Amino acid sequence: MSRRSSNNEKNDRTAVRGFGLAWSWAVARARPWMFVGPALVLITFFLIYPTLMTIVRSFFGRGTTLIGPSVEYVGLTNWKFVFTSNTMLTALRNNAIWTVLFTTCTVGFGLMLAVLLDRVKYEKIAKSLIFIPAAISMVGASIIWKFVYAFRPIQISQIGVLNAVVVALGGEPVGWLIKRPWVNNICLIAVGVWIWTGFCMVILSAAYKNIPRQLLEAARIDGANEWHVFRRVILPVLFPTIAVVATTMVVQVLKVFDIVFVMTNGNYGTEVIANRMYKEMFNYFNYGRASAIAVVLLLLITPFMILNIKRFTKQEGGR
Amino acid sequence: MMDLRRTASRVPIHTVILFFVAIWIIPTVGLLITSFREPANIAGSGWWTVFPKLFSGGQYSLENYVGVLRGEGLALSFLNSLIISIPATLISTVIASFAAFGFAWMSFSGRKTLFMIVVGLMVIPLQMTFIPVLPIYSKLRLAGTFPGIWLAHTAYGLPLTTYLVHNFMSGIPKDLFDSAAIDGASPLKTFWRIVIPISIPALASVFIFQFLWIWNDFLVAAVYLGTRPNVAPLTVSIANLVTNRGQDWELLTAAAFVSMALPLVVFFSLQRYFVRGILAGSLKG
Repeated sequence: MSRRSSNNEKNDRTAVRGFGLAWSWAVARARPWMFVGPALVLITFFLIYPTLMTIVRSFFGRGTTLIGPSVEYVGLTNWKFVFTSNTMLTALRNNAIWTVLFTTCTVGFGLMLAVLLDRVKYEKIAKSLIFIPAAISMVGASIIWKFVYAFRPIQISQIGVLNAVVVALGGEPVGWLIKRPWVNNICLIAVGVWIWTGFCMVILSAAYKNIPRQLLEAARIDGANEWHVFRRVILPVLFPTIAVVATTMVVQVLKVFDIVFVMTNGNYGTEVIANRMYKEMFNYFNYGRASAIAVVLLLLITPFMILNIKRFTKQEGGR
Repeated sequence: MMDLRRTASRVPIHTVILFFVAIWIIPTVGLLITSFREPANIAGSGWWTVFPKLFSGGQYSLENYVGVLRGEGLALSFLNSLIISIPATLISTVIASFAAFGFAWMSFSGRKTLFMIVVGLMVIPLQMTFIPVLPIYSKLRLAGTFPGIWLAHTAYGLPLTTYLVHNFMSGIPKDLFDSAAIDGASPLKTFWRIVIPISIPALASVFIFQFLWIWNDFLVAAVYLGTRPNVAPLTVSIANLVTNRGQDWELLTAAAFVSMALPLVVFFSLQRYFVRGILAGSLKG
């Protein structure tokens, strides 16, 4: 009797131990998901699912519901609007102008400042001052520059600093944000450049300071002048960083929105893709068109997504 | 002689730098001075006319700030910006830390693929996400609420924050975990007791970065909160002010400065962390 009970006990214990093992195995398997789970759930709900649905929605008509009886399938109608309507053609053209000018100026100025500032004693303070716009909102920056561009007829005194300079030099005041197509677009792009140059400068400056000084000195001793040192040594060594910064800028500029929304709301031929998308959503309640426009942004950014993933895979492989 | 020539050759460098610095600070200085001038003076003359008599009293007042904070309700918007940014930043930093640790140091099927998706999503245009989420938000009554925008900002910030924290955590030496495992510490314990404390500098960078991003955001707030003044953050209220009072520079300049004040304080006191965050995000080539 006592033996049987002890046998039972033993069986029970083995069972408990077996169950315990299974339990701890399950816990070990589930544990990683407790760590990454919350992030994955949020990313799925807010990024992955909506991206797929927006692509689907771009083939359906007006209205502010996703898909349902009140929304009609319209085939490629929204896509025809995206690639043939005047406002979208203007927006696509402007995004192209933005991409070229903004990226060239932010990266170019950033690089120039990184190299030049390394040679002066007031580097730190100058860097801080140029970097400040990166910390403030684009809405705030837009107001700052709207005031710089303020326009008044020549009879009364100017309150915008840019027109004050023009008038002082004997010119006529200019409606900077109205004069199309180049003046107003360039004035908007200048605001973007003002915001982002400091960002480029900081990254490029860190990379520049990583170049061994002997490398530069060796080139100088070999008789290279400063321009040659820049072209033949600095530029090639910095190239990978320049590429990363430039792609970051392109991704930023393709999505440009706040500056245009606040300063001109896309009027006078300054429309951009993201601002038009916002208008279709909230002014015209046409989620179909808005979706198609958003997909255009996605398509333009997809190459950079792939590039990022490739760069990451390489970095992981190299570890 | 050499010195003189050296100095002369450096004149162009100083000129270029000072030119850039001037363009970078004059607009902000103009805004700041204007925001303290009397409305009649702002409309009558340029802000630079204060310079000849810069320190003579009588031409400055706080009237414009009282006007925007009380009259235009920006005091409430300031509060809303805080109520939006602080919890959203906290939640996303915590969730990102857990996820980053999981991706960096735990093994599970699909780990690599999932993390690659996270990396890819860092640059996705948010415009791709609003249309499907908005109807769900109205159904769940999350539209126009603080919890709604906390969730949205958390989710939108996760790819970048997870990536940044992951970069740091994956650099922690493996021995540290092994010795913790020998001591019998569970992964959760290891995470809280070892990983989080040594990650504090990296987490601070991510926190500041994310905080400034959310504080300065206009688009996400405009989409999910709408323009109702009781929940609108500064950016949204100020954009409305531009639409409705576009020529009232005494209001616009003061309003813009109210929105910039906190980021500027954060920037000047914690610039080190801010720069570190930017470098961590981009230098990984």
